Amino acid sequence: MAGTLVIAELFEGKVRKSTFSAVTFAKQVGSPFAILAIGAGAASAAKELAGFGAQKVIVVDDQVLKDYVCERFSPTVAKVATDGGWDTVVVTATTFGKDLAPRVAAKLGAGYAPDINLVKIDGGKRQYRRPMYAGNALGWLEIATPVHVVSVRQTEFPAAEPTGGDSPIENSSRAPDEPAASRVEFVKLEAGSSERPDLGEARVVVSGGRSLKEQFKQVLEPLADTLGAAIGASRAACDAGYAAPELQVGQTGRTVAPQLYLAIGISGAIQHIAGMKGSKVIVAINKDPDAPIFQIADYGLVQDLFVAVPELVKDLKAQS
Amino acid sequence: MKILVAVKRVSDPDNLNKIKLSPQGKIDVTGLEPKPSPYDDYALETALRLTENGTSPKQRLGEVVVVTFGPKESEQMLRAMLGTGADRAIRVDTTDDGVDGDVVARGLKGVVDKEKPDLVLLGYQQAEHESNEVGQMLAEYLGWPQATFAGSIQSEDDKALLVGREVEGATARIRVTLPAVVTVLDKIVHPKSVQSKHTPATHTYADGVRFAALMAIMAAKKKPLAEMKLADLGADPTTKVRYGAAEMPPKRAAGVKVKDVKELVTKLKTEAKVV
Repeated sequence: MAGTLVIAELFEGKVRKSTFSAVTFAKQVGSPFAILAIGAGAASAAKELAGFGAQKVIVVDDQVLKDYVCERFSPTVAKVATDGGWDTVVVTATTFGKDLAPRVAAKLGAGYAPDINLVKIDGGKRQYRRPMYAGNALGWLEIATPVHVVSVRQTEFPAAEPTGGDSPIENSSRAPDEPAASRVEFVKLEAGSSERPDLGEARVVVSGGRSLKEQFKQVLEPLADTLGAAIGASRAACDAGYAAPELQVGQTGRTVAPQLYLAIGISGAIQHIAGMKGSKVIVAINKDPDAPIFQIADYGLVQDLFVAVPELVKDLKAQS
Repeated sequence: MKILVAVKRVSDPDNLNKIKLSPQGKIDVTGLEPKPSPYDDYALETALRLTENGTSPKQRLGEVVVVTFGPKESEQMLRAMLGTGADRAIRVDTTDDGVDGDVVARGLKGVVDKEKPDLVLLGYQQAEHESNEVGQMLAEYLGWPQATFAGSIQSEDDKALLVGREVEGATARIRVTLPAVVTVLDKIVHPKSVQSKHTPATHTYADGVRFAALMAIMAAKKKPLAEMKLADLGADPTTKVRYGAAEMPPKRAAGVKVKDVKELVTKLKTEAKVV
C-alpha cells in the first residue's frame, strides 16, 4: 500500500520525542502512514504511538534488539517497508536516524533525502529541501527511485500532537540476521551526567564562548538554572576544555532551535551560527561591538559578560 | 593493517558564507579556495595513527591508501595527503556534479573489492552537501559493519575496533570486527582519541592533524597515484537523487541593541515574550 512508514526512535521501551517530527512529515505528505516501533519493549511503546492517526502501529519487539545496532535494525526496517509496500520510509535525523536511514536506503535500492527541512509537492512530484553549505544554501532535490527514504530535521518539523483515535497494533518479526550483524557488539552506553534538559529538546539554551575561561560553569549555570535552560558552548570553548565536548553547538556539534538562545561571549563564527540560527529569539551579550553574532541577534547587549550575566540572573529572579 | 581513506575536495569550509547563487539557483563558489573536507583530514589522521607507533611516526606499520572521486584538479589534494603520510592515492575520474552519495558508495565498493583493505575510514559528512550517507551505504553494499559518529577508536590487535560513537548527550561504545567502515567526527583527532596496537598507551598526540614536512612533500611526488574510471569499478553511474535549484536561506536581520540588562529583560518579557 502506498504511503509512509515512520520509524519510531525508542529508548528503553519509551518513545523518544524526536519520533513525532517524523510523524509530522508523514501527515504533511498526506498519504496513509504507519509507525514502526522496533526494539526490546516496543510493544509497550506502541501504546504511546496509537493516538496519532496512523493506519496501524507495527511492532517488532525482540530482546535481540535491546540495544540499537544498525546491522540488526536495518534489515528489519527494510523488510517491514517492503512487505507493506510503503513507498516512503521516514525517520527523524537524530544520530539514530542518520545512522540507520542511509543503510536502509542502500538495502532498498532507494534514493535518500537526508536531513530535510521542508517537503512540497510540485506537479505531482515530491521535492525535498535541505540545508547545505553550513546553512548558507537550501538545496532542492528529487528522488528518482520509486521508494524514498527521508530523514527530517527535528528542529524544523514540530512534534506532532496526539489526535486521539486508536491505531490497530500489528505484530511483526525481525528479519533474519545478516553476516554483518555477527561482527558488531554493543558494549555500553555511557550517558552524560547532565540533569538539564537535552540541548536538542530545550526551550531555552544558554551558550558560552571561550572568553568565559575557567568560569564557564560558574557564570552560566545560575543563568541556565533560572531559565530552566540547557547549556551549550562554542567550539572554541569546547576545544579549550572549558566546556564538555557534547555541549558544542554548531556545524560539527549539535543543531539547536530553541525559543530563546542566549549567546554569551560568543563571537559568532559561521560554524556556530549554522547550529543555532534557527532559534526563534537570539540574544547576544559580548563586549566587542563588532562581533558577528550581533548581525543575527534579535537583542544585542554590548557589555562585559562577567558584569552582565550576574545582573541578568538577579533581574530575572526579581521579576519572576 | 591496510586502511582505505575516502576523501573529497570541497570549497573552503571556513568561508562557505561567501557562496553565491546564480539567477537559476546554481551555487557559485567562485573565489573559494578548494580544500579537503575537514573531516576527511581527520579520517586521514586517524588512519596514520592506527598504522604507526606514535613515538616514531615516520615509519608506517601498515598501508594507507587515499581515494577520491573527482576531476583531475583533485589530484593536488591527493598529493598533499601523500605528503602527510599516505602511501598511495587513487582518483576515480568523475565530475563534481555528476555523482550522488549512492554512486560514490557503489564506486567505493569497487575500489574495496580491488584493494581489500581491513578498514575504510571516512569523515562523518562532507562539508558542502553534508549528506552523511556514503559510509553507511558503502557498509551495506559490502555487507560490513559500520561505526558512524566515531569520537574515539581503540584497536584491539587490529582484529577489532572498540569505537566510541558520539550520540545525543552520550557515548555508545560498540565493537566492530574488521573489516569494517568507520566515519569520524573531529573529536577523533584529540590527543588520546585513537589508540593503535603499535603506540604505547602513555603516548599523547598533539591535538589536531599533522602537517607535511617539506621533505615529505618532495618525496610524495614519487608516490603512486592511480586513476580509475567508474566503469572499471562495475558501478552504475545512474544517480538516485537529483538536485535542482537552490535558494538562499532567509537572512536573519540584526535586531536592536539594548543599553543595559534592565532593558534586555523588559524586551524579552514584553516584546519577545520568551521569559
